[in-house]
Amino acid sequence: MQYKSQAVATPYFIAAIGLFVGQIIFGLIMGLQYVIGDFLFPMIPFNVARMVHTNLLIVWLLFGFMGAAYYMIPEESETELFSPKLALAMFWIFLVAGALTIVGYLAVPYATLAELTGNDLLETMGREFLEQPLITKVGIVIVALAFLFNISMTVLKGRKTSISLVMLLGLWGLAVFFLFSFYNPTNLVLDKFFWWWTVHLWVEGVWELILGAMLAFVLIKVTGVDREVIEKWLYVIITLTLVTGIIGTGHHYFWIGTPEYWQWWGSVFSALEPIPFFAMTVFAFNMVNRRRREHPNKAATLWALGTGVMAFLGAGVWGFLHTLAPVNYYTHGTQITAAHGHMAFYGAYVMVNLTMISYAMPILRGRAANSNKSQVLEMWSFWLMTISIVFITLFLTAAGILQVWLQRVSETPLSFMATQDKISLFYWMREWTGVVFLIGLILYIASFFVKGEDKAAA
Amino acid sequence: MDTQALAIESPASERRLPGDLAIWFFICAELLAFCVFFAAYAFTRAKHVELFNAEQLALDRNAGALNTILLLTASYFVVRAVQAAEAGLRDKVAPWLAAGFLCGSGFVAVKLVEYADKLGAGITLSTSPFYMFYLSLTFFHFMHVLLGLVILAVLWFQARRGNYGPDNGTAMNNLHSGASYWHMVDLVWIILFPLVYVLR
Repeated sequence: MQYKSQAVATPYFIAAIGLFVGQIIFGLIMGLQYVIGDFLFPMIPFNVARMVHTNLLIVWLLFGFMGAAYYMIPEESETELFSPKLALAMFWIFLVAGALTIVGYLAVPYATLAELTGNDLLETMGREFLEQPLITKVGIVIVALAFLFNISMTVLKGRKTSISLVMLLGLWGLAVFFLFSFYNPTNLVLDKFFWWWTVHLWVEGVWELILGAMLAFVLIKVTGVDREVIEKWLYVIITLTLVTGIIGTGHHYFWIGTPEYWQWWGSVFSALEPIPFFAMTVFAFNMVNRRRREHPNKAATLWALGTGVMAFLGAGVWGFLHTLAPVNYYTHGTQITAAHGHMAFYGAYVMVNLTMISYAMPILRGRAANSNKSQVLEMWSFWLMTISIVFITLFLTAAGILQVWLQRVSETPLSFMATQDKISLFYWMREWTGVVFLIGLILYIASFFVKGEDKAAA
Repeated sequence: MDTQALAIESPASERRLPGDLAIWFFICAELLAFCVFFAAYAFTRAKHVELFNAEQLALDRNAGALNTILLLTASYFVVRAVQAAEAGLRDKVAPWLAAGFLCGSGFVAVKLVEYADKLGAGITLSTSPFYMFYLSLTFFHFMHVLLGLVILAVLWFQARRGNYGPDNGTAMNNLHSGASYWHMVDLVWIILFPLVYVLR
């Protein structure tokens, strides 16, 4: 570890992994509810399990991004963090606020939670992914601003690199677009229109900048390739991301009551969204092939390459599958969307966080890389989780195709629930694959506790 | 990428991409975007041939032709700037780039007059499939002209400092990259103009 203050990243990474476990457990609960409808009812209704599953995902990824920023920025800026104390204070505030929100979801009915937390002052709740109570949303803004202040001041007082710049752009964008979660017009078309400004412009816009910067940082470290080369690729990737991703928002505007030209704009631009992801894959492999050093942390390199491949498959290919308006007319909101969602989130944002954690955690614990034994276990967890997600995606895709056929294309269409019964076999297979994923995750955590001979101190 | 190293290794006669590999990756992606749009135009036109033919007549072909001349001339000036830099005539680079910039600005002015005319007539993206494509395609291209002008302005600024000469590999790489981008903008218009304004 080059700068003492990088150590504040440690609690962020640990919290991220802890919440990740919670996310997977609720995923399994919900997966079972797909086939055993009254499982855990009325304790945990399906809508609550789903909310906890998706909200935990978002929160743990945010913990990961913040930890990554606290680790990367001092090293990039060649200076200590502006205020490690502020970073730690924000950690506890964010963790407690996040935990209280989840407890709120589970302990009281959602409508009661809305009443208790002053939703009538400014109605922001009840919208998918943005279900958080008003006070949590305000808390997120405060934490984000304090975090951005801390990181920006660090960059301002130190060396300014392209990686810092792209990371900052992504993080500021994340904060700015979150503000649309406070805007909830009564017109349903406008509501949906701006809801996507948070949801789409996060995951298919500014988060990709964060992803690019994190990947570039780790690749510089593990390959030793010249910074200029890596930064040039980073610029090309983020330009392509913004060119395709911003207007690509239109692929959500096909059927919500917006003008027809969105079907063209959305289809054309979002069809090109795989390009930056493909560039990322080429970039990762190219840099590793041209490496100038053999970094002892093989696991981190594996995660970095995995991010390149899986982000392209999940976000790029599976996104393209149903992004064209004439296709989406049939597939909208089916299990095909769920298939894409799972592989894209895992391939892009879960994996890049695990890449960063895999690279940084050994160094934060005082060694360049973990022992061979520990790395082998970590690689096992990589393959278990990655192959599981591939199969989950394939099963959900199969379920989705069948669903579209039975419910929407067929001459004698079945009702939604009748269709769900017909495709339950795929839901069972998805659930069991999810169990394998959880085993992979447990092995991943176990790899942190495997002793063995450490590689040279960092 | 490492184009300088590449240039040293390969014999001088060998053809290679002018400018940076990164800019070519970007140019190809841009061309692909326009290709998809052109293909979408073709498919939609096939469904509404009558409508497209009728509404096409309402476009100002003279303005389109004038803009074609302006862009081609701008590209010619950019070529002269690159040639001047390669020949080591440092003080000639900036004036040629400035001339290119002026022609590009002329395109923007003509295009704005056209837009004002169409918007004044109450035409929007929702008027008809033809106008949806006319406005989308030309506006998407218009944004590229603006970016191209920004790039030319940066190159001009550098050229005034006498940065571009055969002995400065990095600077020449930037000049070639910027010039390649400008030619892409030009190339797209050469397809766009006949496709949308003329072909029936």
